[in-house]
Amino acid sequence: MQIYLPIAEVSVNAFLLLGLGGMVGILSGMFGVGGGFLMTPLLFFIGIPPAVAVATEANQIVASSFSGLLAHLRRRTVDLRMGVVLLIGGLAGAALGVAIFNFLKGMGQVDLLVRLCYVVFLGVVGGLMFIESLRAIRRARSSEPVKIAPRKSRGWISVLPFKMRFRTSGLYISVIPPLAVGVVVGILAAIMGVGGGFIMVPAMIYILGMPTKVVVGTSLFQIIFVTAFTTLLHATTNYTVDMMLAVLLLVGGVIGAQVGTRIGVRLKAEQLRILLAALVLAVCGKLAFDLLVQPAELYSLGLPGGH
Amino acid sequence: MWRLALLFCLCAFQVSAQSRDVIIGLSQERVDITANFDGSEIRIFGAVKRDSPVEPGENIDVIIAISGPSTPVTVRKKDRVAGIWVNTEAVEVDLAPSLYKLVTTGPLSEILLDVEDLRHSISIPRAIRSVGAPSDISDAAAFTEALIRIRKDQGLYQVLEDAVRMRDQTLFDAQIALPANLVEGTYDARVFLARDGTVIADYSTRIDVQKVGLERAIYRLAHDQPLVYGVLSLVIAIAAGWGASATFRYLFN
Repeated sequence: MQIYLPIAEVSVNAFLLLGLGGMVGILSGMFGVGGGFLMTPLLFFIGIPPAVAVATEANQIVASSFSGLLAHLRRRTVDLRMGVVLLIGGLAGAALGVAIFNFLKGMGQVDLLVRLCYVVFLGVVGGLMFIESLRAIRRARSSEPVKIAPRKSRGWISVLPFKMRFRTSGLYISVIPPLAVGVVVGILAAIMGVGGGFIMVPAMIYILGMPTKVVVGTSLFQIIFVTAFTTLLHATTNYTVDMMLAVLLLVGGVIGAQVGTRIGVRLKAEQLRILLAALVLAVCGKLAFDLLVQPAELYSLGLPGGH
Repeated sequence: MWRLALLFCLCAFQVSAQSRDVIIGLSQERVDITANFDGSEIRIFGAVKRDSPVEPGENIDVIIAISGPSTPVTVRKKDRVAGIWVNTEAVEVDLAPSLYKLVTTGPLSEILLDVEDLRHSISIPRAIRSVGAPSDISDAAAFTEALIRIRKDQGLYQVLEDAVRMRDQTLFDAQIALPANLVEGTYDARVFLARDGTVIADYSTRIDVQKVGLERAIYRLAHDQPLVYGVLSLVIAIAAGWGASATFRYLFN
């Protein structure tokens, strides 16, 4: 069944969108990621204009993250205080990101920026995760007793001013690092149409030293607000949020996420991580390939830019 | 009196030089873009109106052009910079129709003289208006060609020679497919009669293409009340997220 998207002004198959939403939803439920990093490039491939894809994807992430956050709130694994600090940084970052997005759209380079961001971040995160999970699997095979790493001394972070107590995370640290992490993730959310969970989660564990059990819930909490803010900014400045597209994606997405969560429980953590890493690297490789190889069509069309 | 007689003679002479006119009809004068819009087909039929019988050996060609609303378009070209392909040069085309379908009774180069094409802007390159490229661009023509090539690949520009059926040099009809990726606006349908490469009659009419129902409501809301629209999108997202989580909890616990 073909459906005409009112904002994107293209006609696509409704079942294709539901299927894409469902598939990405399953993955996001399995791995605890928003899935934006997969969905946005997939939307490019099926011919949705990049500006619409990025804005609409932000809207869809609100839905999938909210669904996940509810589960974490019930388990009390959300550090609301940390979430709010991250959020303040995130909102500033999102505003900055939309401004950068519009500036580069005028210069005709937004496509490049989005793709470069994807290649760099997916490459780094996917690579690190792959190496880390490979080690974990090897360790499990050799059945060595797992060495408990000594609690990391957060050297340079502990000397920063404006300390604050985060009870749920059991931390007493400066608010500057969480604010900075928030800004970076906010910028990425606006430019890449992603929630930024794949940056946020490692940053919370390795930079802020938060306990793993509260990381995902807290990240979801802040992602909801940042992506909601991004959606509003894109809707009011670019008119590029396509409600019809969002609804189709999120119907598939929320159902998929619930299914994925149930699959995820049955798999081993290291296997799960290595699968996710392989997926991230595959998307990264495809995007890098497109940037490096001479495109079949050297020319592209755009609206006259706002400069 | 004398002058009146002369005028009368002139008119009579004009008539004997066979005035030809064209009458056309469309299967539909508006196209509604509904939620399940999947392209549309328009049938154009018409007749050559004569005040004298068909002359033996008379050969009239028909050219039909359907064009969508024209907008400026920026054409960008990629070049390799530091190993990756980035947009470098850009040319702004002043006005290019969003859709251009040309159907004729024969090869355009044979049935239409260049000078007539220029006068009536019939062929695709003539229908695109490009005043001039920035002086630092050496091959501006390549950019216009690229615009035409890309839109042809998207099914937006098309030339179908021999797609107009002509009967007895009088009745003609053609079927024109409109793709699913139509934009809203007023489309022009122009019909030209040509003889020996010269346009002898033309007629034009409009086709209204617009979103209707839900499509229209969403589009209008997004542009007229962007804040309300944004908030509404979020409400839908939150409701869907909550709904799915609640439903699954109910089903599996």
